[in-house]
Amino acid sequence: MSEKLVLSGNHAAAHACKGARVQVIAAYPITPQSPATELLSRFVETGQLNAKYVCVESEHSAMTVCIAASSTGARTFTATSANGLALMHEQLHWAAGARLPIVMACVNRAVAAPWNVWTDNQDSISQRDTGWIQLYCEDNQEIYDTILQAYKIAEQIYCPVMVCYDGYILSHTLMPVEIIDQNAIDEFLPPFKPYVTLDPDDPKVLNLVTFPWIRHDHPHIEKFGGYPEIRYKLQQTLRSSFDVIERVDKEFGEKFDRQYGIFKEYMCDEADYIILAMGSLASEATVAAEILYEEGYTVGVLSLKLFRPFPAKQLATFAKQSAASTFIVIDRNLSYGYEGALCTDFKAALYTHHVQKNVHGYLLGIGGRDVNVDQIMEIVHKSRKAIEAGQLDKETEWINIMK
Amino acid sequence: MEKDKLKNIEVPISSISIPIEGEAGRTGSWRTERPILDPSKCAAVKQNKLVCMLCWLYCPEGTISRTIPPKINYYYCKGCGICAKECPSKAITMKDETNFEE
Repeated sequence: MSEKLVLSGNHAAAHACKGARVQVIAAYPITPQSPATELLSRFVETGQLNAKYVCVESEHSAMTVCIAASSTGARTFTATSANGLALMHEQLHWAAGARLPIVMACVNRAVAAPWNVWTDNQDSISQRDTGWIQLYCEDNQEIYDTILQAYKIAEQIYCPVMVCYDGYILSHTLMPVEIIDQNAIDEFLPPFKPYVTLDPDDPKVLNLVTFPWIRHDHPHIEKFGGYPEIRYKLQQTLRSSFDVIERVDKEFGEKFDRQYGIFKEYMCDEADYIILAMGSLASEATVAAEILYEEGYTVGVLSLKLFRPFPAKQLATFAKQSAASTFIVIDRNLSYGYEGALCTDFKAALYTHHVQKNVHGYLLGIGGRDVNVDQIMEIVHKSRKAIEAGQLDKETEWINIMK
Repeated sequence: MEKDKLKNIEVPISSISIPIEGEAGRTGSWRTERPILDPSKCAAVKQNKLVCMLCWLYCPEGTISRTIPPKINYYYCKGCGICAKECPSKAITMKDETNFEE
C-alpha cells in the first residue's frame, strides 16, 4: 500500500533509494545535499535498507566506490552538490566510459568562488559533457519518481544517470510525496543485471588501456574495437536512448499515475511566447504565465526534464508545430564567455532542423538569487517589446542584477 | 580459451579483457635502454641454484623469469632499469637501444 509523507526533496530522494533497494551508498556530506545521505545512513543503520554505506574522505572517492561497487554488480547511489560534483569530474567520465548504471542526485548549488551554498544549475551543467544522462525535477514527488525511473533507464542501457534538483527550493522544502508500495516498486524495477562483473573467481580486466587503433593480436580485445569504438557506442546509446527513457516514463505512468515526458508543456497551445526553462524555475514560470494570461498575453511554458541526451529533434518538432513566434530561454547557469547552456543547445536544435523562431536568452537566479514571478513577467515584456520594435536578434540579458 | 571466457558478453559496450600476457600490447617498444644480463656475473648461474632472484622480484612488469639464468622478455620489458639497479652482482647493464637492430 502506498502512503503519503510530507518530505523535503532530499528525504524524498532517500526514500526513493530505499524503494529501489540500493545496495551500496558512498557519499561525502556537502550543503545542501547532506540530509539526503544522512537519512540513507539512518535507513542502513536501523536495518530498513539492506545496503553498505561507505564513508569516504571526498566526493572523488565517493564516485570511485560507486564505480567499484557497480562493477561487481551492486546497485549504487551517491549524492552531491557544487564543488563536490566538480571534484568528482574525473570519475564521472570513468563511470560513463565504463558503462556503469550508477544513479546520483545532484542537489544543484552554485560553484565557488566566491563561496555560495544557494542554488543554480552551474554544477550539473558543467558536467554535461561527461556522458551522464541528466534529468531535472520540478517538485519533490518528481524527485522521488525520477530516481526510481533513473535506475530502470540506467540499467537498461548501461549509462549513469544524474537526477538534478534545486538546492533549498526543493532540497529543503517540505511537500507531500506519495511513497509507492515496495512490492509495486519491485515489480517496476527488477534487480540489476550487470552485463559483466568483476569477480575474483573469474578474473577480468575492465577498462584496460584501449588503443587508438583496433588490436588484432588478441581476438577478444579485437572485438571491442579501440577507444574510438568504445566512445562511439556510448554516443550511439545516448542518442538512441529517447525511446527507452520515454518507455520507462510511460510504464511508470501506467503503474503509478504520474508521467513526466522528456519535457512538460504548460499553456503552450495558443501561446505567442513560450518560456523554456528547467527545474523549479520552470515551475515558477507557470505562475507568471497564468498572471500574464489574465492580463491578456498568451505565454506558454516548456519545462525541460531531459537535458542530456539533448532532445534536439523533439524540441525542434515541438517548436515547428507551435504557433509561438518567440522562445524565451531562461537559464540558471552560464557558459562563461557566451550564454546559458540551454539557450545555446536550443538554438542549435532549431538551426539543425531548419526551424525559424526568435530565441531570446536570459540569465536569472544565478547563485541562488531569489527568482520570482515579477522578474519572469518582466522578461516576457522585455522580449515582447523587443519583438514589437523589430529587434529579433536580442543578445542574452542578465536580469535582476546590479550593473 | 580466452575467447570462450568472454563469449557470453554479447554486446561489447566497454573495454574488457582477461588477465593474459600482452593484454596492454607489446610494451617493449617503449624501451630506450635494454637490460643485458651477463650470466658469468649472475649469482644464480654461478651457484647453479635459485638464489638472489632480485631482478625477477623487482621487475614491475613481470618480464624476468625465475630461472637459471633469469630470462628477460624483450617483447614487454619497458626498459625501466630497476633490475640493473637492484642486481647486487652488477650482472645487468642498461645499453642504449640504438645499439641493437630491429
